[in-house]
Amino acid sequence: MKPLEGCLVLDFSQYLAGPYAALRLADMGAWVLKIENPKGGDLYRSLRISNLLIDGDQPLIHAANRNKESLAVDLKSPEQRPMLEKLIRRADVMIINFRPGVAKRLKLDYETVKGMNPQIIYGSISGYGAEGPWSERPGQDLLVQAVSGLAYLNGNGDQPPLPMGVGAADIVSGEHLVQGILAGLYRSGISGEGAQIEVSLLEAALDIQFEGFTAFLNDGEIPVRGLVNNANPYIDAPYGIYSTQDGYIALAMTPILRLGELLGCTALKSYADPLTWNLQKDEIKKILADHLKQETTACWLSILEPADIWCADVMNWDRLMETEGFQVLDMIQETVTGNGVPVKTLRCPICIDGERYFFRKGAPKIGEHDEDALRALLNE
Amino acid sequence: MRPLEGILALDFSQYLSGPSCALRLADLGARVIKVENPKTGDNSRHLCVKSMMYDGDSVNFQAINREKESFAANLKDPGDMEMVKRLIAKADVLVENFRPGVMKKLGLDYEQVKELNPRLVYATITGYGSEGPWVKKPGQDLLVQSMSGLAYMNGNGDQPPTPFAVSIADSFTGAHAAEGIMACLVRRNKTGLGGHVEVSLLESVLYLQLEGLTTYLNDGHRLPIRSKISNAHPDVPAPYGIYPTKDSYIAVSMGSVLNLGKILSCDALAVYTDPDDWFNRRDEIKQILADHLKAKTTAEWLKQLEAANYWSSEVLDWKQLIDSKAFQELDFTQDIRRPGCSALYTTRCPIRFNGRTMKTKKHAPRLGEDTEKVIEDFALREGGVRE
Repeated sequence: MKPLEGCLVLDFSQYLAGPYAALRLADMGAWVLKIENPKGGDLYRSLRISNLLIDGDQPLIHAANRNKESLAVDLKSPEQRPMLEKLIRRADVMIINFRPGVAKRLKLDYETVKGMNPQIIYGSISGYGAEGPWSERPGQDLLVQAVSGLAYLNGNGDQPPLPMGVGAADIVSGEHLVQGILAGLYRSGISGEGAQIEVSLLEAALDIQFEGFTAFLNDGEIPVRGLVNNANPYIDAPYGIYSTQDGYIALAMTPILRLGELLGCTALKSYADPLTWNLQKDEIKKILADHLKQETTACWLSILEPADIWCADVMNWDRLMETEGFQVLDMIQETVTGNGVPVKTLRCPICIDGERYFFRKGAPKIGEHDEDALRALLNE
Repeated sequence: MRPLEGILALDFSQYLSGPSCALRLADLGARVIKVENPKTGDNSRHLCVKSMMYDGDSVNFQAINREKESFAANLKDPGDMEMVKRLIAKADVLVENFRPGVMKKLGLDYEQVKELNPRLVYATITGYGSEGPWVKKPGQDLLVQSMSGLAYMNGNGDQPPTPFAVSIADSFTGAHAAEGIMACLVRRNKTGLGGHVEVSLLESVLYLQLEGLTTYLNDGHRLPIRSKISNAHPDVPAPYGIYPTKDSYIAVSMGSVLNLGKILSCDALAVYTDPDDWFNRRDEIKQILADHLKAKTTAEWLKQLEAANYWSSEVLDWKQLIDSKAFQELDFTQDIRRPGCSALYTTRCPIRFNGRTMKTKKHAPRLGEDTEKVIEDFALREGGVRE
């Protein structure tokens, strides 16, 4: 039995963070109804990002909404309100990411919903928290990365602050919401009490920086990004990714003298004092960068791996997918949309009771399951 | 009341992935006991950020292990092992991130432990899964970022692949482990039975790339191309990115390039009438924008952009951030000092429960600090196991 079987989730959210959280619940066995505006649906459907469309939607819609059903509901319509309330009374979880104030106007705020269903776990995602001077700002991933200090950690010291190349604030806040919801479901399974869970993109972006941010809170120093192949401003040389004759190599924490010996890099001999690995980090990394260009990645790995040095080839997806290490994970699944169009995507990353969860059901069209979903609920 | 109150979790893990999972359970109300080797304990006690130590343990360790207790036990000593097994028999959750095979050798893998306690939810965290050619490879954050393609998403197109500057693989995997555990606890309320949760750094970091990988898998395996100018997200068209201004930087998010040209009085953008070009000629557009944005200050540009509701923002470092009223109202920091020691600040749990933040009630433990208390609380000495 999948852990969340029997759990009904109403997902009122749009874009990435909320739908991503609902997806995890779906992947662990919940029945997720995506409640969409009949006109246009999830705004992510109309946000132009990729030039690729699959069965009329962007890959991002397919990635974040597989294994869900879509119900078209006009949240402002008095005629549809009784049906909406019936759904809410039956649901175990609901997820919203409306801008502050909108839920209240729609009579979908926690207080109102709790009145209809005291056991519900009510999860909301905001950009910057429900209150405060930024609460009206657009809660968009890049903007949150920009104000959270994250961009000042990433990239080399001589380039502008560099955001991370995935929607990290969105995704991590989605993870936090899943955690809060599951904790709430656990408690409601024991005590019958519902709960309100709130997370934000800003707190998520800060949470992933907790290591450096904790150092900063205690010494007040802003981290300085390395000028040479910066990987993490807080970790000493050689930590980073370097060019080789034919590709790249990653080197994690390693004593510099030992590394110098193994690589035949005599210039590293003068850095015997581990303090220099921090204080002269860029100097050491420059020497290494020049040296590593002389041979291929395979050649360096054949020297370093047998010596138990923490190192790795740096692969793009093409190369990764050719490896046995990737193939044994069986990470790719093929879903099928209601129109029969196949869409490949990743499976749930959590394996439970030795079982990996695969699903055939692709992302729905707006209102695709109006009939099925309602009939199932009415028949209960 | 916190949602996981009453849950007992045993944390056998080290470094960051497992301990961050157990920390989230602790934040949510579970009692978490670290089971540590009496000689050195969790290796991250000595793994410092900026050589910062505090009362004999690294500051980093304190941040990750706040709210937990420490039980020192030598898993190779039969007496200690007997007590550990008694503790497991009473636990709800067990978290481990040993190299594959170690728990089995100790007689503590899921199959064996399930016999002691069928209600136990057992989480295993590995680097690359439990089979295949990489099983013995060190499950280290940078290495996983490098092997998973993630570094090819980050940095400008003319730079080598650039790792994410935080321990994203560890944190993200820890999050997945915590979710699997709590989902199994939800199920246990109905079935009475525990479960086995397995996650790996590699699978989790692949999943972090869900959007990009889904595009790639359905687009003839076309690899993402990082922008050469102010790269932000390889799959997103211009103007998305962070640009220098006259006095600092500005983040410009998604929107029409034509509108942007009008708002900023950047006439050179008026020729990009075809939205396909915002992706296909991204670097060209971003270069024009980068040159244009240098002419005025961030505040001047933001005034124009915000008036037009164009998604944009200033770019803050931590000093600027913590001086902002918005940060202060989040109430995101907390003091986790040990008794008798000076203040030690870190972040709090990012989840609010019933409108309230969940702050830490207890400092990170010294090695073995709670051994006696745990022995008493769970009557582990019954049978005269240890004097």
